[in-house]
Amino acid sequence: MTASTRIPARSGREGFSPAQHLLFLLAALLCLGLCVSLGSVSVPPAQLAQALSHALWGTPPAPGAAQTIITAVRLPRALSAALVGASLSLCGAAMQGLLRNPLAEGSTMGVSAGATLGAVLSIVFGLSVPGLGRMGPMGMAMLFAFLSLFTVLTLAWRLDASFSTGTIVLIGVIFSMFVSAFISLAVTFSGPKLRTVTFWTMGSLSGAGYADALTLLAALLPCAAALLMSARELNAFAVGEDNAAAIGVNVRAVRLRVMIAVSVLIGVCVSLGGTIGFVGLVTPHMARLIVGPNHRKLLPASLYAGAIFLMLTDLAARTLLSPVELPLGVVTSLIGAAVFLILFARSRRAERC
Amino acid sequence: MLSVRGLSVSVGGRDILRPLSLEVCEGEWLMLAGPNGAGKTTLLRAISGALPYRGGAFFEGRDLRGMNPRQRARAMALLSQRQETGYAFTAEEVIRLGRYAHASPLSGRDREGERAVLEAARLCGVENLMRQSILTLSGGELQRVFLAQVFAQDPRLLLLDEPANHLDLKYLAQIFDLISRWVRSGRRAVISVVHDLSLTRRYADTAALLREGRLLIKAPAAEALSAGMLEEAYGMDVQGYMRGLLSAWQQG
Repeated sequence: MTASTRIPARSGREGFSPAQHLLFLLAALLCLGLCVSLGSVSVPPAQLAQALSHALWGTPPAPGAAQTIITAVRLPRALSAALVGASLSLCGAAMQGLLRNPLAEGSTMGVSAGATLGAVLSIVFGLSVPGLGRMGPMGMAMLFAFLSLFTVLTLAWRLDASFSTGTIVLIGVIFSMFVSAFISLAVTFSGPKLRTVTFWTMGSLSGAGYADALTLLAALLPCAAALLMSARELNAFAVGEDNAAAIGVNVRAVRLRVMIAVSVLIGVCVSLGGTIGFVGLVTPHMARLIVGPNHRKLLPASLYAGAIFLMLTDLAARTLLSPVELPLGVVTSLIGAAVFLILFARSRRAERC
Repeated sequence: MLSVRGLSVSVGGRDILRPLSLEVCEGEWLMLAGPNGAGKTTLLRAISGALPYRGGAFFEGRDLRGMNPRQRARAMALLSQRQETGYAFTAEEVIRLGRYAHASPLSGRDREGERAVLEAARLCGVENLMRQSILTLSGGELQRVFLAQVFAQDPRLLLLDEPANHLDLKYLAQIFDLISRWVRSGRRAVISVVHDLSLTRRYADTAALLREGRLLIKAPAAEALSAGMLEEAYGMDVQGYMRGLLSAWQQG
């Protein structure tokens, strides 16, 4: 009789369906397959299957160099790229929701720069976080990522409590420049460690091994769980922080939880792959175009999209000008800057009308 | 139901709201009136927990400071003066946010949720807009979507900051009649800021007049809006002006 009996319940459809998971997972696996077969030496699908079978079940290895190229070089690198991409993309999506700002991301907010400074300080001066001494650069990168995020948000809040798009990005840029000065300063004192230090500022996954992939996975699992479980809270933040508080979201607790997860992920990614900018800007935007702004769909979609994007970008980085390999961070920045410009133009237009 | 005792708010050393006390009972619709900058919104936001305050505010004897955000959201809902939009959420998603405090924190399960969302949408006349992006809605439509959100939240106390914003006359009458019925059904109360004093006379049970952060009077609406009190609050002959407006209609 009333509308409620005619319209079917839809809350179940708000989440990411198993079919969507399967679709995105298949796409990611397809990209993984591409990444391990293509390159300076192309591996046909039959040899690829043989090599994987050897690695997993100990069947006879693939002929020639194919076995080594796939299992020792390309596979760990592609897996690392997928995990870094997934992490950075998830961080971007979460920050864009938390701050109701489509331009928020590790590199635009100075978090990546902060993490880089932490890693560089650790390498050059041997500093480390008390208690996390063995983790060296990684612990420092995480700590500095969190401090940067905290500083940028505090500054932005002090100057403009509404967290408008312009303010946050502006402060992020100023903060990045400020931090870059310290990175350059550390570089001048780096002496024999110069090569290692420049690596952090460029961003690359060449030489990534299984240990790196495992570290990334160990960071991603708990952080992704924390962020995915905050999807409903992020929806509330994305509509408006005042509104979120009014409907009963514990805004402080959620903000802290998201900031910690984001800092850990960016810290780990930067300490393993250097500054790979703009990934968190490009892929959540594409994911939003496909599944809409609801974080219960957007976060998982961003996770997969990030993995796919960075695998393909890494493939491009090592094959486009082969045998010369482009730094991955350079390629993502080229793509990211263009997307940033489009998004910024669009948000300015929306603000004006 | 709500008891405010010696509540005051100051921001950056400036007193926005002087210590004031008032009571709101079940079934009561209290309207806050007064000139711009009198502290009406500040009072509403302090009660909702959005602003730090000195003094005390108690909901059925419980100190509001001692309630966690979910408990407070089940007790009271706030409609803000301006509605923010950023991303292309659908009207339905925005209204469903109102159920946040009722859903299970872990699984998000909410048995009453679907029914409450649809009922709220129907009451506010937005059931045809459910699948639309909030970025494409007009000001009045957006206002009704957020009104539906606070009704979906199913609170005991409704805090409305200028609910009449952007509403055309048809919806204005419809929504105010709705709130009027809502406050009388069950153990509920409403505190609202409304600028149109005719609406206050027509709908409010009680009215509170504020001026420069001070509470001048809180009394039954007719008494609080007496010619003398209004003159003191607004510094002009409000009743005379209102009658002048009405007489424009009587000329036919």
